[in-house]
Amino acid sequence: MAIDNETVKRVAFLSRLKVDDDKIESTKEEFNKILQWIEELNEIDTDEVEPLISVNNVNLRVRNDEITAGNCRDDILKNAPSAEYDYFAVPKVVE
Amino acid sequence: MADYVIETAKGKWEVVVGLEIHCQIISKSKIFSGASTEFGDEPNTNVSLVDAGMPGMLPTLNKECVHQAVKTGLGLNAKINKYSEFSRKNYFYADMPTDYQITQFRYPIVGEGNICVDLSDGSTKNIGIERMHIEQDAGKSIHDLSPTKSFIDLNRAGVGLMEIVTKPDFRSPEEAGAFLRKLRSILRYLGTCDGNMDEGSMRCDVNVSVRPYGSNEFRTRCEMKNVNSVKFVMQAIENEAKRHIEVYENGGKIEQETRQFDPSTGLTKVMRKKEFAHDYRYFPEPDLPPLILTDEYISAVKDEMIELPDAKKQRFISELGLTSYDATVLCENKETADFFEKAAQSHDAKKVANWMMSDFFAMLNKKHLDITQSPVSAENLGALVELITKEIISGKIAKDVFEIMSETGENPEKIVEEKGLKQVTDTSAIEAIIEKVIADNPDNVAAYKNGKTNLAGWFVGQTLKLSQGKANPQIVNKLVKEKLDN
Amino acid sequence: MSDITKLTVCETLKALQNKEISSVELTKAYIENMEKGRHYNAYITECADKALKQAEIADKNYQSGNNRLLEGIPLGIKDLFCTKDIRTTAASHILDNFIPPYESTVTQNLLNDGAVFLGKLNLDEFAMGGSNETSYFGPVVNPWSKDTDLVPGGSSGGSAAAVAANMCAAATGTDTGGSIREPAAFCGCTGIKPTYGRCSRYGIIAFASSLDQAGPIAKDVKDCALLLQSMAGFDEKDSTSCDIAVPDFPNLLNGDVKGLVVGVPKEYRPQGLNDEVASYWDKAAEYLKARGAIIKEISLPHTKYALATYYVLAPAEASSNLARYDGIRYGFRAEGKNLDDLYINTRTSGFGKEVQRRIMIGTYVLSAGYYDAYYLKAQKMRRLIHNDFMEAFKQCDIILTPTSPITAFPIGDESMLENPINMYLNDVFTVSVNLAGLPALSLPIGLSENGLPLGMQLIGKPFDEVTVFNVAAKIEEDAKFERK
Repeated sequence: MAIDNETVKRVAFLSRLKVDDDKIESTKEEFNKILQWIEELNEIDTDEVEPLISVNNVNLRVRNDEITAGNCRDDILKNAPSAEYDYFAVPKVVE
Repeated sequence: MADYVIETAKGKWEVVVGLEIHCQIISKSKIFSGASTEFGDEPNTNVSLVDAGMPGMLPTLNKECVHQAVKTGLGLNAKINKYSEFSRKNYFYADMPTDYQITQFRYPIVGEGNICVDLSDGSTKNIGIERMHIEQDAGKSIHDLSPTKSFIDLNRAGVGLMEIVTKPDFRSPEEAGAFLRKLRSILRYLGTCDGNMDEGSMRCDVNVSVRPYGSNEFRTRCEMKNVNSVKFVMQAIENEAKRHIEVYENGGKIEQETRQFDPSTGLTKVMRKKEFAHDYRYFPEPDLPPLILTDEYISAVKDEMIELPDAKKQRFISELGLTSYDATVLCENKETADFFEKAAQSHDAKKVANWMMSDFFAMLNKKHLDITQSPVSAENLGALVELITKEIISGKIAKDVFEIMSETGENPEKIVEEKGLKQVTDTSAIEAIIEKVIADNPDNVAAYKNGKTNLAGWFVGQTLKLSQGKANPQIVNKLVKEKLDN
Repeated sequence: MSDITKLTVCETLKALQNKEISSVELTKAYIENMEKGRHYNAYITECADKALKQAEIADKNYQSGNNRLLEGIPLGIKDLFCTKDIRTTAASHILDNFIPPYESTVTQNLLNDGAVFLGKLNLDEFAMGGSNETSYFGPVVNPWSKDTDLVPGGSSGGSAAAVAANMCAAATGTDTGGSIREPAAFCGCTGIKPTYGRCSRYGIIAFASSLDQAGPIAKDVKDCALLLQSMAGFDEKDSTSCDIAVPDFPNLLNGDVKGLVVGVPKEYRPQGLNDEVASYWDKAAEYLKARGAIIKEISLPHTKYALATYYVLAPAEASSNLARYDGIRYGFRAEGKNLDDLYINTRTSGFGKEVQRRIMIGTYVLSAGYYDAYYLKAQKMRRLIHNDFMEAFKQCDIILTPTSPITAFPIGDESMLENPINMYLNDVFTVSVNLAGLPALSLPIGLSENGLPLGMQLIGKPFDEVTVFNVAAKIEEDAKFERK
């Protein structure tokens, strides 16, 4: 499944990364090399195999419904590149 | 129910609608963190390091959110899945701090179910539930504080949500409206979601398509996001269907797209076309192993289940003799049903129902009060009905007594006693009044005797008037006839 | 005492307990080594003042007899562990100003045991790399370098280099596909990646959540055992942490290996395996055989597919884990005219090349239409690889392999840079272990002809680190590797 230039652009946008126009070709080739290498997995028939999602075989633990966190606005905001009126600030979002 | 058919000069059409409803789970803390779910606090106060998506922070699942979801699933007559999985839904958005939402995708906690909705003509319809899963809510963006910036408040980020997805079973705006009211009623009975659409604790996405009346095809649908009232949902369906029909009849094509409903015009406008849509790249959440529920757990939740509106309605009809319509109205919310049951306890249930459906609701409406704020208590309403049943007061006097009760909150016996409103059933007292009326109106007596027998009613009226309404009308009726005919 | 920084942690603790040295004196000696060794570029952030204050407290605790498990031991912390009020960068521009208001569980455990933190150690950016060359703060130099500067391995390159150059008594690392074991092997150190779920991941900047595990890099096996004992333990803040008691690792090293079955997987001896690596492997097996262990050839048939499986799953998880670095709540921001521009500008200038490559590969393998072909396929392969080990452990108690097919290579090596796959191939012996969630340790076995350390890997059953340490201690005794 070789990918094309359009796919490189789409994947870059989905990743919110920019691939300069003059790098798209080389990025595509590099990706195709990696994907081709990955495709050796198709040598094995896995139709009957259950995917492995979690190695440690534990059931999900649940916690009690108690308020144990929060009220730490300074900690939440102190690393923010831009915060105003106790909010995170971003360029205007037009819906 | 008669089919909802949209007829144009060119043909007949029907709508096909499915709903996706996001319901905020009632819990103290968030679904994956220990921060409070309190609404309306100072910005970014009910936010933990986990909610803010800080590097290295991990989600832990709130037990209560699972419990509420299972309860809701049982309330939707749905299958509870013993195995479910959390997944990540990946998309960049300013109010989604990790830029992915933890949700359920391939394996939701609740499977197929159904809800029976009551329609205005007294018929019912079963609406299929496709699935229900649990997930986290996003934060809020505030756009109106600055002309160039948006501001992010994460207080709501991480509050638990249940997303209920229906089958495309709705064929009219009315069915969708009835479904939402019924769903809200069930959620409120269960105490799993407060169901307030105007506050956003219940939000509805509406999927609409149309097809020629009677056909079985499914055409391209459009989705309207976050329509926030029952009325608007119905309006959105109606107007979106009209738009589709117009496009089709003019030889056009409907594009699959997300549209926004504008409450001020009732119309929808395009938000984004599907071709630019997100690719959510769902995959199992590696920070949370699968959620396994045991049979014991599920049956324990079953044991906690309370009587839901449909069962209650059936009981009100079969045991208390209510009409289907009255039972439906009285069961729509739990507070009303509880009020009714309390008022009807050892009194005439049908009469109590009649009173609630008429004077009582009218009074609440007039005063803009919720049933829980009613000045007339359930006990007092029951007592009032009892006074009528025992013929201590007439229905007419009862209305006056009720008026006083709704002003003062006093009990009816006391009002009747103090104001001397007891019905007069003593025949000699009534006879005395009738004799006075006869004596004062010889002309009418003569006319009656000459054949104008319908004047009897006039004599009854005069007697009641003179008794200030306290004379028992049946006795008056009987005695007037006797006196005049003698 | 001659050079107190050459002592192992266990030896140092004895000297501290006997009041032969003080923690302040010890900490100063390490700080001096850090200053002298700055050309290794092992530390991103040094915390000398803070360390000395911690050392003073440690000395008081020794005075009052309230000394704890690691009281006064100066450690280096991989800069992937969030440390409260100490800058934590993941070696990335995108976090180069991030000061966490919280402490990771693992580092908190170490602090609770009295450890002193000297600073934050360099690594591959977001732990993505096998040579420490992807760090925004520049490559780390392997202390074993002679004429040319060699890589220390990665991603915990700073950790291994700092331990090798005596710039900390021991260090923390993390291992997603070999990131503790490979640098330990390249730098002549000992490192263990414990069973998945043994150490809490809370507060560790995530790379690939289903594979990441913390572990120590130290001077010898016993130090690793001691460090792991402190670092490990159940944590309710991490839903993948296992509620299993942590054994007293350092005191369980004296077991006999007689009768123990040591598996040697045939698939780890492909054609063209470096002769030196192969012969050291045989030698390690000989040591154990001489002590009465039974050496048995085993098969892990899907070994060949482990790398490709790993390079689907790890980037997929990473693409999602790294989405949060978007310039809004913390870290670096490059402005943009709208939100998407801000995201794109921030992430394109904030992430390095390898990280961007992996994010995009990960995004691609999860995207609509490719999920089943790549991601789901890889999850199924992961099951087969996991099953291989479970089958193998029916026939043996522990598995012995080399850690890496090669020794440390020069910084900027052409063949490694021209094709990312060449770099990925270095993980060939280590990634399977992460896919299966097993504990594995690397210890130095000897030097290559050109004088560079080579490592051996011991892979244990789930939660059987005790056997891993025990067998490793025997090989260590026989190999008599000379540290720097």
